[in-house]
Amino acid sequence: MKFAIDLKDWNTRGLIFVGAVMLALLFAGPQIFDLFVLLKVILLISTAMLALSMGFIWGFGGILCFGQSAFFGIGGYAYAIAVINMGESTVPLLLSVLVPAAFAMLLGYFMFYGRLSDIYLAVVTLAVTLIFYAFIRSTSGEEYHIGNARLMGFNGISSIPGFNWPGYPDSPLWPDDIFYVAMVLLILVYFGLRYLLRSHFGRVVVAIRENETRAEYLGYDVRFYKMIAFSVGAGIAGLAGCLFVSFNNFINPDVFALGLAAQIIMWVLIGGVGTLVGPMLGSLGLQMLYNWLGTQTFAGFLNTYLVFGAIIIIFVLAVPQGLQPTARLLALRFLPIARPPGERG
Amino acid sequence: MDTVALLIIEVLNGISRLALTCAGLAIIFGMMRVINFAHGEFMMLGGYTTVVATNAGVNIWISMLILSPLVVGIIGIISERLLIRFFYGRLVDTLIATWGLSLLLIGIVTAILGNYITGVSAPMGNFSIGIYQLSIYRLVLIGITALLFVGIYLVFTRTRLGLIARGTMQNPEQASVLGISPPRVYMVTFGIGAALTGLAGGLLAPISQIIPTVGFTYVAQAFITVITGGAGAITGTIVASGMFGTVRQLVTYETTPIIGGVVLLIVAVVVLRLLPQGITGKIFKRSL
Repeated sequence: MKFAIDLKDWNTRGLIFVGAVMLALLFAGPQIFDLFVLLKVILLISTAMLALSMGFIWGFGGILCFGQSAFFGIGGYAYAIAVINMGESTVPLLLSVLVPAAFAMLLGYFMFYGRLSDIYLAVVTLAVTLIFYAFIRSTSGEEYHIGNARLMGFNGISSIPGFNWPGYPDSPLWPDDIFYVAMVLLILVYFGLRYLLRSHFGRVVVAIRENETRAEYLGYDVRFYKMIAFSVGAGIAGLAGCLFVSFNNFINPDVFALGLAAQIIMWVLIGGVGTLVGPMLGSLGLQMLYNWLGTQTFAGFLNTYLVFGAIIIIFVLAVPQGLQPTARLLALRFLPIARPPGERG
Repeated sequence: MDTVALLIIEVLNGISRLALTCAGLAIIFGMMRVINFAHGEFMMLGGYTTVVATNAGVNIWISMLILSPLVVGIIGIISERLLIRFFYGRLVDTLIATWGLSLLLIGIVTAILGNYITGVSAPMGNFSIGIYQLSIYRLVLIGITALLFVGIYLVFTRTRLGLIARGTMQNPEQASVLGISPPRVYMVTFGIGAALTGLAGGLLAPISQIIPTVGFTYVAQAFITVITGGAGAITGTIVASGMFGTVRQLVTYETTPIIGGVVLLIVAVVVLRLLPQGITGKIFKRSL
């Protein structure tokens, strides 16, 4: 592993740029946004983290999971149930990462050790998500509870306690603090993934994406690496779910519905498969489009299914690489910057 | 005794519903290897065709058996020409493109017909076993499903069209050398698969509720069944439907439909873990 910082390397420059933007946002956020906007930004950070998890397992692991929202939902529900039972938020925060990661490990064992190919994987993950949807929706009765937490079926769990200061269950975080926590977590996850991708593990995962058979001939246990990568992605999605729930104080089974599952794929597809910044920007753009559509009067005809379906078809036909790689190609062609050596077109 | 008879009919009914759901996909996905994620929406369109036509005064049998397959077959061919044919051989892109198609179709139907539940009542009334009342239509549906699969099998094994289709799926280049146009064969086969899906949607319309998003309930179980069936798409689908239909119906009888669905999924994942090539990868190897 080489971590010498080479400022002439465009990848390093890109990383520094992304880091600088994120840090600027971190420190300037509460100053430039008023409270109402800040609250929206926190939700956008949670969706950006979800997009990041999908960007990692799809773009770098080559695992097209149609049920990434399931891990988001499991993380959210794990946090909700744990925080209601425990009355403080530090352990629930950890659980919201560990529970989805463990579940993904189990599911991944069956899928990867069963050597299911791309299509089967997509179908199985989607089916698992829809099963969760149906199951949680049917848990309205009194008898469905874990500890003190009732699952409440399609009504969803409400008044879930938000984050508190670690060790002080009675002092909750203010929106400014939550923003800092969310943004720091996003920065940590982004650079954590970048670090992971430069490590031995990450390079093997990318090698498997490029050519599974060759990686196997080189002596790597493809099934194990994919299972772990899948599990890491699920943990990040769970953390995103935890942020979402702790901030909203509410979760309902719609997190398992097809709408969110479809949106995650779109974020990555639009932002660019094989990038990490792209999916985050994709989620940002689409969420804003979604909010904007909700305020328009002509939207009576243009329902979200119609718009999202059309967007997916247009992108997969016309911009299959996504926006970030396409912008990069255009920049390389028209701007006088040197093509990074060893970089494929 | 009555309970046993009832249970047997319920199980057969569950199998026929599952097999009907899979028939079109067995051809489009099982034989052509095109991942059509809009499969559920094709069924939804078939269902809506029957509902709309029947409510407009058309005989329900004509709506189900003729109009639904016709309408959905045409929509299928249009989708193939405008979208799906650009993605042949690119599995993941097909997956995403047809998912886009699926959302688009839901959006269009919602915009035109509205997002609420519709349906038609089943024809032919009821009969009774002991204290239980059962709809005759459900019995007829079992017979129609059996006939349908015999028909599909005969078309693909005994006719010239079936031979050309199977040959082209195996080796398109060789087929084109012999003067057959593979794009046309793909188009027609896709159309037939879509029409069968529409027929299934129409036939299931009287015994289900129809909303624009109803396709989601079909697509996962249909794919899982066809995948578990394996390479011999038609035989595999029948065997897998038999297995899953029985399991789901028995569990549903003891508990709730949701747990039935969960158990179906678990059984499918375990079966795929044991037989990664599907059922026809292990037994009935040389079947269609």
